[in-house]
Amino acid sequence: MSGAKAKAETGLEPTERTAETAPPMPPPVTPSGIPIPEVATPDMVEGADPGTPGQYPFTRGIFPNGYRGRLWTFRQYSGYGSAEESNARYRFLLDQGQTGLSVALDLPTQCGYDPVDAMARSEVGKVGVSLSNLSEAEILFDGIDLAEISTSFTINGTAAIIYAMYLAVADKTGVPRSKLTGTIQNDILKEYVARGTWIFPVRPSMRLIADTILYSNAETPRFNPISIAGAHVRDAGATAVEEMGFTLANGLAYVDELVRRGGDISTFAKRLSFFFYVHMDFFEEVCKFRAARRLWARLLKERYGVTDEKALRFRFGVVCGGSSLIAPQPHNNIVRVGIETMAAVMGGAQSIFTCAFDEAFQIPTEHSAEIALRTQQMVAYETGISKTVDPLGGSYYVEYLTERMEADIDTVIGEIEDYGGVEKAIEDGYIQMRIAKRARERKEAVDRGEQVVVGQNYFRRDDDGGGVGEVFRLDPNAARQVTDKYTKIKESRDNGAVDRVLMRLEDAAARDDRNVMPYLVDCCHAYATVGEMVATLKRQWGEFQEPVGL
Amino acid sequence: MALKGKRFLIAKPGLDGHDVGAKIIALALRDAGADVIYTGLRKSPDYISRIAVQEDVSAVGLSILSGSHKELLAETLTSLRDHDGGDIKVFVGGTIPAEDRPLLLANGACGVFTAEMTIADVLAALDEALA
Repeated sequence: MSGAKAKAETGLEPTERTAETAPPMPPPVTPSGIPIPEVATPDMVEGADPGTPGQYPFTRGIFPNGYRGRLWTFRQYSGYGSAEESNARYRFLLDQGQTGLSVALDLPTQCGYDPVDAMARSEVGKVGVSLSNLSEAEILFDGIDLAEISTSFTINGTAAIIYAMYLAVADKTGVPRSKLTGTIQNDILKEYVARGTWIFPVRPSMRLIADTILYSNAETPRFNPISIAGAHVRDAGATAVEEMGFTLANGLAYVDELVRRGGDISTFAKRLSFFFYVHMDFFEEVCKFRAARRLWARLLKERYGVTDEKALRFRFGVVCGGSSLIAPQPHNNIVRVGIETMAAVMGGAQSIFTCAFDEAFQIPTEHSAEIALRTQQMVAYETGISKTVDPLGGSYYVEYLTERMEADIDTVIGEIEDYGGVEKAIEDGYIQMRIAKRARERKEAVDRGEQVVVGQNYFRRDDDGGGVGEVFRLDPNAARQVTDKYTKIKESRDNGAVDRVLMRLEDAAARDDRNVMPYLVDCCHAYATVGEMVATLKRQWGEFQEPVGL
Repeated sequence: MALKGKRFLIAKPGLDGHDVGAKIIALALRDAGADVIYTGLRKSPDYISRIAVQEDVSAVGLSILSGSHKELLAETLTSLRDHDGGDIKVFVGGTIPAEDRPLLLANGACGVFTAEMTIADVLAALDEALA
């Protein structure tokens, strides 16, 4: 409308907008490089059939009734400092309506160092809770019924050990293992590529992962022993297409390993789960889930002859936030997370972690963590999005983008296979370099203003725009309390028994025909520490040598 | 630019595995004409200092996203002095809360860089710090 007309209708002076002051819209291409049509038309989706929800190939979702049968799990990643502090935060979140736990572990626990190790010194309790032995896990889950709540652990290099520790807690509190539900991330391949908490070389790591999955399928049939994760690859710079492509390629590598080990694919495939980031390009995010869900089902059916439809279901959790959140004007991040949560729900996620607005620069405060949880509760209960299955299904644009993304994801998988497979691509540093280059391209696109980040490269202000609000402070004594408790447990436990279980673990690790899981559970029951178990396994398996070429 | 021909060590101290920023800055410095060595993950301040002295670098860049920046900067500066590398400048990049930035600068960092800065701004700041 004209300025004069606007003034007549609103009584306000119109804001002068010229070509110089209005920033340009970015070009009509998705971040993965797919052209966006001005108008999507039926001829663009000719032959495309989204099918029926709950039926192969599951484009529209893995359940016929979507979220009506079961809402996604509200699962906020949380943990810091000591087990006591983290236990208090878990109880707070459960009281606020969280429906699953998600344990953040500190880096020493993730990398296999005890809290007193020189490598661990400055990192105890910083990015997660320290869990060096069973006594800490007993505190962490104190008052929480493991038969009733599902628990997810973001743990990889030491996933087998933390899983063993969880079983030991269940054993000690009288919870039958068959009742345990939850997930260990246990996806080492992406650690080599993007997240960095690897310990052993690729081969023994793959063996250890197969050990955990085969053991879990038998002992804890309702537990997900792996969550094959694209999230970190994405946050490290990969596009949405590459995120799904690298992750499905890793998934196939685990399937191959399990098949080699004699696993029954119709059994283990039912307990494979996936994990992704949701960033801001709304439709690309929705469609990457629809595309990957369909492609995974097709790959398992066509390559491995899987016929049990339950084994073809692509179940995934998501994080909304991550590197799409920025430090300037942090309250804007609340809106970002809200939009991303809607994309996750329209994409059919089984569990959602909504990042807190201050997560770009600190551990969330209780206040910011609550807003994050409320965000997904609003999407679930106020918007109505969850009331019908795949509400975007049949949209010309959504089906067009789903088709294009599926083809492009398939191409990425093919490129890795042509290179010689995931393991070779990782050992050579091929995928690492590809992601680093992509990260730089993305950063340069943001620097040039081609990829818009409001408050950073567009509509930026020079002051802090309202500030960060409440500052989170770690208890400065937490690390010392952790090391004090550690020293006490090493004095009070039966050290002869610890030596014996560690020896048996080493013997099992040396033999390819053994599964190390029962030995790890024995070690945990004896209060052996994470550092001791990892050192024992390292003696047999060695350490990964990181390719550091640029 | 004074960056041309200068030698840099980009390092990941501690256990943090987030290396995107480290790699982006390493690649950008290289394209600006600098010689760049990247340590890879999980290096101790002692190891980083020894390599820095051995390779005769002008500056060490520490990439830290785990919240341990205060400790790791202090340890690296001490360790550099112990290895007769007290003249080597140290800058820090990563997840550094705004309120910690002046503290790191006061404690001896020649620059503190975070994700929302442009690569050009980081290079210009380093150029000035090393001039």
